[in-house]
Amino acid sequence: MDIAVTKKKLGLKERYALMTRGLGWEPTYQSVDDVFPMDSFEGIKIHDWDAWEDPFRLTMDAYWKYQAEKERKLYAILDAFAQGNGHLTLSDARYINTVKLFINGLAPLEYMSHRGFAHIGRQFRGVGPRVACMMQSLDEMRHAQTQVHAISNYNRYYDGMANFRHHHTYLPYLQVPRSFFEDAASGGPFEFITAIGFAFEYVLTNLVFVPFISGAAYNGDMGAMTFGFSAQSDEARHMTLGLEVIKFMLEQDPDNLPIVQKWLNKWTWRGVRVLTLVAMMQDYMLPKRVMSWAEAWEIYFEENCGALFRDLARYGIVMPPCVEQVRKERDHLSHMAWCQFYQARGTNNFHVWLPSKEDMDWLSAKYPETFDQYYRPRFEYWAKMEEEGTPFEAATPPQQCQVCQIPTIFPVAGDPLTRAEHSCTHDGERFHFCSQWCQEIFEDEPEKYVQAKLGAHELYKGNLFGDADPTAEDFDPMAAAMAFLKLTPEDSGLHSDSRDAANFDLWRGLAKANEA
Amino acid sequence: MQMDLKTVNIEPKRRSYAHVAARIGAEKLASRYQEGTFDMQVEGPQHYRPLWDPAHDYFDPDRTRIRMQDWYAFKDPRQYYYGSYVIARSRQQETAESAFAFVESRSLADAMPTELRETALKLLLPLRHVAWGSSMNNETTAAYGYGAAITQGALYYAMDQLGIAQFLTRIGLLLDQPEALETAREAWLHDEAWQPLRRLVEDLFVEKDWFEVLVAQDLVLDGLLYPLIYGAIVDNVLAMQGGSAVAMVCQFQSEWHAEASKWIDAQVKAAIKDTGANGDLIAGWVRKWRARAVSALLPVAAIALGDGAEEQMDEVLADFDKRLAKLGVSA
Ligand SMILES: [Fe+2]
Ligand SMILES: [Fe+2]
Repeated sequence: MDIAVTKKKLGLKERYALMTRGLGWEPTYQSVDDVFPMDSFEGIKIHDWDAWEDPFRLTMDAYWKYQAEKERKLYAILDAFAQGNGHLTLSDARYINTVKLFINGLAPLEYMSHRGFAHIGRQFRGVGPRVACMMQSLDEMRHAQTQVHAISNYNRYYDGMANFRHHHTYLPYLQVPRSFFEDAASGGPFEFITAIGFAFEYVLTNLVFVPFISGAAYNGDMGAMTFGFSAQSDEARHMTLGLEVIKFMLEQDPDNLPIVQKWLNKWTWRGVRVLTLVAMMQDYMLPKRVMSWAEAWEIYFEENCGALFRDLARYGIVMPPCVEQVRKERDHLSHMAWCQFYQARGTNNFHVWLPSKEDMDWLSAKYPETFDQYYRPRFEYWAKMEEEGTPFEAATPPQQCQVCQIPTIFPVAGDPLTRAEHSCTHDGERFHFCSQWCQEIFEDEPEKYVQAKLGAHELYKGNLFGDADPTAEDFDPMAAAMAFLKLTPEDSGLHSDSRDAANFDLWRGLAKANEA
Repeated sequence: MQMDLKTVNIEPKRRSYAHVAARIGAEKLASRYQEGTFDMQVEGPQHYRPLWDPAHDYFDPDRTRIRMQDWYAFKDPRQYYYGSYVIARSRQQETAESAFAFVESRSLADAMPTELRETALKLLLPLRHVAWGSSMNNETTAAYGYGAAITQGALYYAMDQLGIAQFLTRIGLLLDQPEALETAREAWLHDEAWQPLRRLVEDLFVEKDWFEVLVAQDLVLDGLLYPLIYGAIVDNVLAMQGGSAVAMVCQFQSEWHAEASKWIDAQVKAAIKDTGANGDLIAGWVRKWRARAVSALLPVAAIALGDGAEEQMDEVLADFDKRLAKLGVSA
């Protein structure tokens, strides 16, 4: 018999189906619900998992091949950067604080993402989405590790990065990104992928990564942030997966619409609150700026996501109502955040500084409605205090929002001079929120959010003293907390006083002297 | 302004991240495996209990009965972090690719005796479902295991098994029409020869203790299946009967198992070494699943070996028991 001549040619789609969903089968020795026990409790109704459209078609052999090529290139660049003291080509030592924010705030979330996608890659009963989620779980392991590897060289020379593991777990400000991700991961599988795969990786992704990647390029960081470029083709796959999941849920049953809409409302807000850190980074921390937060919001949210939500309107999806407030806060967000970090600099693991005259002129130009009126006077006053040798510093930890964990520093929308007050009582206890939106999230699942570990509360409860004995006569709670948090004086404070600034200047001086 | 950066000799402030230095010593340079693995998972307080498992923390060591003083004792002897993992696999994938191309370009499949080809298809194609089951069972550890060391290794294993299921699918397409895969699925679902094995795999899908699943799947089932099917049957019996083309396109599996078994052996050894009581647990699991795996694999081996299956199984078992003895598992 002659198989070769009669062999059927398979289309790409058919072939990929055989390579993925063709592998699965319906179990009969165990019930399907026992094998996949977690994909129905959220109320999302899926009638036909076979209707899933694979958002990309990558078999493992091709995956290994493409990814290996990318890894070879990336690590060659990292090695060259480390060997050639690439950190001394930075625009300015202040830039290093952006790297600190990244390793402390974002890199640990990549590992969380690996676990989250492994979980749903085990739990969805459709093979197609499971394979896509497994691949993303593997990609996220890549992101976690390439970030840690890329920043490793900075850590050898500069402070504030060595304890990123411990700081991510305990430093109060880092609970903003950490609780965000744990919130998503502790939700059901569909909520997780809506939160991370869609709201974060699709709707907000450019707002997160463009400032970091372009900021790196603008500021001479060709080493640490190369992983950003390298990760972009992974992100493209993750985005198509996130969008496919949303469409799949909406197409499967009309009852899914209100659930999906509720999640989009929640996770757009949760995501934007986390982006406060990015807004601050791009407006205040990059020595050479790329674009302002306000500009990024206009391009990447208003334009791009406006189109996306118009596209989803055919399913009945509407723009999350919180966006109205994001617009109102747009011209305040980064300024309020930087002021907050400046005042609380004793408990940061990166350095802060007051904007220079040129910086302030840039900020005035980018924020003509707000900067000169509300923030310039404050910075000028604080500059005077610095000059007089009595720099302003906040003494007590601020009240935090029970949901997003950001200090409740936000003004009433449309009234910049009045601080917003939102609170409610649950089981006889009072809880505070930054906004109506966080309060709504709390009220929808109070049993969940009462569990949140807020930095200031943890301190008062004595959970941040480590082995120190609070009953000892000479007990100093602040010193005990700092020791437990592993915060050294080198990690915190003003940039101008820092060891990082001094060393950078010294080493750069050596490099110039060598040349001469 | 030009700078001569390379010749600047500056002293680093530290050699690695603090959590890595605490494990390897502050004076040591960390490898990429160490930096990419140690303490990547949060330990300590977490904000919310998972809605999908309110009895546990999101990361919880109690999802297995194994106890570890150090969850990072689960080291990978291959030192695979993502980059070195994909680079190693991309090389093996290239070799597999040329084997497929070689067999196809020379129409070696057609040159095979019909009966032999049919035996190979009957034996190998349902195994794509077994590989997918193994992938799922390793995904369980990637999802619910504790510590980045074990979740990372298990995820690589899960992806490898997906890759193997896909190579087996390609073998079906190479040796026959796509319908052959459908026939094999029917056999997997209904033929008597495959039912004990399918039952075993499905039982592992609902087993909650991830380390037990790891022992049952990676150490026991795959530890018997690969030497039996690929080592004894494909590389020896079939190859000698004119099926060397089949052996060529299965080479990935044979090589993969030689490597992956080093990984699972290291995990089992680490668990036993870390806490004495783990040894008894593991031995109990091995006893339980070894007996089931043997009776599940015998009818499968008989597809190619007929009455000779039992004798071949005894040989494989003898080697397997030596391997267990080396690990310190008294099964
Ligand atoms: Fe990522
Ligand atoms: Fe909030």
